[in-house]
Amino acid sequence: MITTAVEPVESPLTPESWGKLGMWIFLAADAMSFGGLLAGYGALRYGSADWPVPAGVLGIGLTAFMTFLLISSSVTMVLALAAIQRGDLRGLRTFLTLTVLGGLMFLGMQAYEWTHLIHRGLTLTSNPFGARLFGTTFFIITGFHGAHVTGGVIYLSCYLVRALLGRMTPANANGIEIAALYWHFVDLVWILVFTFVYLL
Amino acid sequence: MTAAHKQPNYIGVFWWLLVLTVIEIAVIYLPIARLLIGILLVGLALSKASLVAMYFMHLKFEARTLGLIAMTPLLLCVLLIFALLPDLSAIPHRTTESPQVSATPH
Repeated sequence: MITTAVEPVESPLTPESWGKLGMWIFLAADAMSFGGLLAGYGALRYGSADWPVPAGVLGIGLTAFMTFLLISSSVTMVLALAAIQRGDLRGLRTFLTLTVLGGLMFLGMQAYEWTHLIHRGLTLTSNPFGARLFGTTFFIITGFHGAHVTGGVIYLSCYLVRALLGRMTPANANGIEIAALYWHFVDLVWILVFTFVYLL
Repeated sequence: MTAAHKQPNYIGVFWWLLVLTVIEIAVIYLPIARLLIGILLVGLALSKASLVAMYFMHLKFEARTLGLIAMTPLLLCVLLIFALLPDLSAIPHRTTESPQVSATPH
């Protein structure tokens, strides 16, 4: 006969937060990839005598607008999460659509920027404005970030398709919250890339 | 437990991010020492990153465990920079390469 039920230990982790924990661990690891790239960038730049001033070579206006786009898409993403949490599926569809559109516009502008720079001679292996490694590091860092944006657009599009097919319910809020974490991380990294690669 | 936290003012955070971005761009044209510009830019970028992490990623309202996980890469990056420092002083400023094409800047 069981006399005393074991009192469950108060855990800081609810079942919903296991997914969040997993995403956070992934993001911490991913942050180190970017950290390594940016630290390498800093070291190479420090060791170079003819590193160009980025603002002179890269277009700050366009990338400032791209920053604005990503920040805005982060806002629409939190609004999408808030919508599904209060059971507003229409709001979820609207804000998810806007977020995906923001991501796609960002990618389009990055493609435009890259094309423009390549036409001016800046490539992975050449740079008419100074140190050759400037081109290498520029394309690797912004490319790695762009790949993350692409991944995020695909990730969110999966939820968007499900939402449009009417397969999302407030029970899926946790999934949206985890996807949102990834999307905000991509925004956060861009804030750092924009500062270190374009402005500094 | 995250329980029912009241929703932060997301639009307010958005305006902050926007204003800080505008300040960042203005800072690079300030007629002050490059080092000072650098310090200002890093400070502004870290403020923006924390705003995104605290409010958009809800770290402010989460269990401390997640905050600690989020801090790990920051700590490791600081270590990474210190690990790179000896290499930096070993590089005499000489990675300048022979110019490949005669292009005019701008």
